[in-house]
Amino acid sequence: MSEEYVLELEHIRKEYPGVVALSDVTLQLKKGEILALIGENGAGKSTLIKTCSGAVIPTSGKIKVNGKVFDRMTPQLAAENGIAIIYQEFNNVGELSAAENLFLGRAIRHGWTIDRKAMNEEAAKAFAQLKIKIDPNELVKNLTVGYQQMIEIAKAIQQNAKILIMDEPSAPLTSKEVENMFAVVRLLKEQGVSIIYISHRLEEIFELSDRIEVLRDGEYIKTLITKETNEAELIHLMVGREMKKKFPERKPCVDHSKVVLECQHLYGNGDKDINLKIYAGEVLGLGGLVGAGRTELAEVLFGAKPIESGKIIFNGKEIAPKSPREAINLGIALVPEDRKRHGLLLGVSIKNNINMPIYERISKASFINRKVEKETAQKYIDEIRIKTPSMNQLVKNLSGGNQQKVILGKWLAADCQLIIFDEPTRGIDVGAKFEIYKLINDLVAEGRSVLMISSEMEELIGMSDRIIVLAENEITGELQKDEFSQDTIMAYASALDKKEMDKEKEEEKEEVSK
Amino acid sequence: MTAERKNALRSNAIWLVFIGLIIIFTIMSNGMFIKPSNLIVILRQVAVYGIASIGMTFVILIAGIDLSTGSIITLVNVFCAWLMVNHGVNMWVAVILSIALATGVGLLNGFMVATIGIPALIATFASQTIFEGASYLLAGGMPISGFTKSFDIFGKTAIGGVFPVCAVIMIVCFIVGWYILERSYWGRYFYAIGGNEEAAELSGIRVARTEYLIYGLSGFFAGLAGIVMLSRTGSAQCTAGKGYEFDVITCVVLGGVSVTGGYGKMTGVIAGVLIIGCLTNGMILMNVSEYWQMVVKGIVLAVAVGIDCMSRKKQAT
Repeated sequence: MSEEYVLELEHIRKEYPGVVALSDVTLQLKKGEILALIGENGAGKSTLIKTCSGAVIPTSGKIKVNGKVFDRMTPQLAAENGIAIIYQEFNNVGELSAAENLFLGRAIRHGWTIDRKAMNEEAAKAFAQLKIKIDPNELVKNLTVGYQQMIEIAKAIQQNAKILIMDEPSAPLTSKEVENMFAVVRLLKEQGVSIIYISHRLEEIFELSDRIEVLRDGEYIKTLITKETNEAELIHLMVGREMKKKFPERKPCVDHSKVVLECQHLYGNGDKDINLKIYAGEVLGLGGLVGAGRTELAEVLFGAKPIESGKIIFNGKEIAPKSPREAINLGIALVPEDRKRHGLLLGVSIKNNINMPIYERISKASFINRKVEKETAQKYIDEIRIKTPSMNQLVKNLSGGNQQKVILGKWLAADCQLIIFDEPTRGIDVGAKFEIYKLINDLVAEGRSVLMISSEMEELIGMSDRIIVLAENEITGELQKDEFSQDTIMAYASALDKKEMDKEKEEEKEEVSK
Repeated sequence: MTAERKNALRSNAIWLVFIGLIIIFTIMSNGMFIKPSNLIVILRQVAVYGIASIGMTFVILIAGIDLSTGSIITLVNVFCAWLMVNHGVNMWVAVILSIALATGVGLLNGFMVATIGIPALIATFASQTIFEGASYLLAGGMPISGFTKSFDIFGKTAIGGVFPVCAVIMIVCFIVGWYILERSYWGRYFYAIGGNEEAAELSGIRVARTEYLIYGLSGFFAGLAGIVMLSRTGSAQCTAGKGYEFDVITCVVLGGVSVTGGYGKMTGVIAGVLIIGCLTNGMILMNVSEYWQMVVKGIVLAVAVGIDCMSRKKQAT
C-alpha cells in the first residue's frame, strides 16, 4: 500500500511554549496528484508543511518520503529527496536576471567563470518545459509577481523536485496570473509531480485539486475526494460549528451624530484621494485585495507615514500626526498585521508591554510609579481575559490570541478612541478569534470606533457595520449593512483589475478590426 | 518557568566565575591577591572603565556600540588639563566644561546615528578618529601636567586614607545606572528599543530621542571616567584613553548584556567590571606580560560573546 504514496506524514506533533501548533496530524500524498490542504488561519497548515522542509522540527512523528523514514527534515535532506516549497515570499534576487535566479547558488561554471550562455539556454529550456514565456536575460525586478513565482516553480523543477508544496500561491496574484499558474500546476501534474496546494479560496480548490485534507486547530479532521464534496461541507469541517456562531452578536451602537474621524481628499503613502467617515461606536470594515492600500492608509492615520495632501479631521479638529506617539496622544491606535514584528516586544513582560505607551504619564521625574504600573497591567489582564500565570510572563511565551490581547490592552491603557485593526485575527485559532470579536464589540459598545482591515471576507461581513473597499490605492466602493455580499465586495476589490482587462479586450478588438 | 530559572542561572553564573577567579589568583599569588590593600588597588583600577561601562551598557542594550569612549576619555584628559594649566581655569569649572564637552560628543554620536542614520559602528568610529586627532591638536602632542593639589580628589584621595573616592564615584554611578535601567521609564524604553525598534516606535516610543539620550549618557559617563583617570595619573597624555572602549565593551558583554540588544542587567555589568579588574590585577601580580594580558582579554571577549550568541541560537529553534 505504502508505495502508492510519495510523501507520508505520520502523527506529527509540534509544541511551542504555551501552544500546541500540531497534534497528531497525518497526511498522505499520492504520486501525480494535487492535494489541497485547507483550514482556517492558525489551523497549522504552514507549520505542517514546514516540517517537510526542515524549517520546523516536529516534537514527535515520522516523515516518510518514497518509503524512507525520517524523524525530522533538514533543508538539504528535503532537496535531496525532491521536496520543494514555494512560499508566499520569494527567494529571488531582483538585481539578477531570470536565468541567474534560476541557478542561484549553483551557477553553471567552468572553474571560476560563469557560463552565461549555457545558463540562459538551460533556463530557456526550463521555462519552455513549463510553457511560460520569460526572457532569461530579464532582470527579475522587472517581472510581475506572477512571473517571479513561475521562476520559483521552474527553479524547483529544475532541481528535480518531485513533490511541490505551494503555500497560498494565489494570494499575491491577479486573476489572470492565477489562471496562468493553474495551467503550470496542471502541466506539472501531468509530468508526474505531486503537489500540495494550500489555499483559502475554495473555488480554486474545487477547480484544481484531486483530494482535500482539512485541518482545524492543529488537528487532522478529514481527507475528502474533491468530486464527492461541496463547499458547505468543507466550511463545516474547517469551522467545526455552525456559521451563525462564528461572530458574537452586537447591539447596534453606531452614533451617526458623532463623526470621530474624517478623511478629506487624503493623499499619502501611495493612497489617492481617500474620503471616508467613521462614526462613534462603529466598526468600519476596510476590504480589498492584498496590496490595495489598506495598511498604507492605516499607517498614515497612525502617524507612521506622512500625509501628502488632504485633511484628516479627528473629533472635529484637523490633525496631522507626525509620529505614532502623536497619534496615540490624540487617541488613535494601531493593532498591526504583523504582530510579532510591529505590535509586540516579545522579549518583554506583559506588564511592560501594556504600560509602554503610558510610561511617561505614570512617571514622576522619569521614575515610574510601580504601583500604578502593576494595577494597570492587572486591570487589563482581567478585563480582556489574557490567559497567563503572571503579568511578568514574557509575551513571546503567549499564544497568538493572547498576544493580540496584549496589544489591545496596551491601547486600552492609553485610552485610545479610534482603534485600527489590521487583520485582527490572522494566525489566531478559532476559539480565540471569537474572543477577539467579542472584544471589538465591547470597544464599540463603549463608544469607541474601530477601523477593521480584513482580507477574510466572512470576518469583514460578519463584523462590520459598513464596508469600504479599496483597490489599487483608491476607494472603489462603499457598502451599507443591507448591501453586504461577497460578490459585490470582490467586484469592487478587483475593480481596476477589471478595467485593465476591458482595456486589453478593446485593444485586441482594435487589432482585429485593423 | 524553566526559562526564568535558566536566566537567573545565567545572570548569576557570572558571580561564580568571579569567586572562582578570586580563589585561583589567591592561591597562585600566595595570598597577596586577597589582601585588603590589593583589593583597594583593584577598586582604583576598575573605577575608570567601571564608570564608562554604565553608558556603554545602555548603548549595547539598544544593540548599538560606542567606539568613541576611549577617545572621549583622552579628549577630556587633554581638554581639562589644558583649561586648568594653560588657561588657569578654576578646577570645578574645568571639570564641568570637560564633562559637558564629553556629553556633547556623545550627542553628536546620537545625531549621526538617530538623525542621519549612520550605523553606530561607523558613526562612533568616525568620532573616535576625529576626537583623537583633536586631542593631539589641542595638546600639541605633548603631555600636560601640574594640577592643583585639590584635583587629586577624583583619583588619588582616599576616605580615611583607605577607601578611594574614585571607587565611591563608581559606586554612585552604578546606583544611578541601576535606577535609570530598573526604575525609570527610560530603562523600559531601552529594553524595548533593543528588543524590537520598529515595535517600540509603533508603541509610542520616540526612538530617535531615546537614542540621543543614550549616546549622550555614554559620552557623559566616559567624560567622568576621563576626569577620574586624569586625577589618578596627574598628567594628560594624548594616548590616555586609547583602546579603553574595548575594555569597557568586554566588561559589559562579560556582564551578560546581549550584543544583539534587549537583554542585560546592571548587576551583571558590575560583575563583569570586577572580573576584568581582578583578571588584570591578578595577571600583573603574577608578572604576566602586557602582551599576554591583551591575548587573554581578547579571548575573554570572544568567549563572552560566543556564549551569548550560542544561547541565542538555542532559543531560536
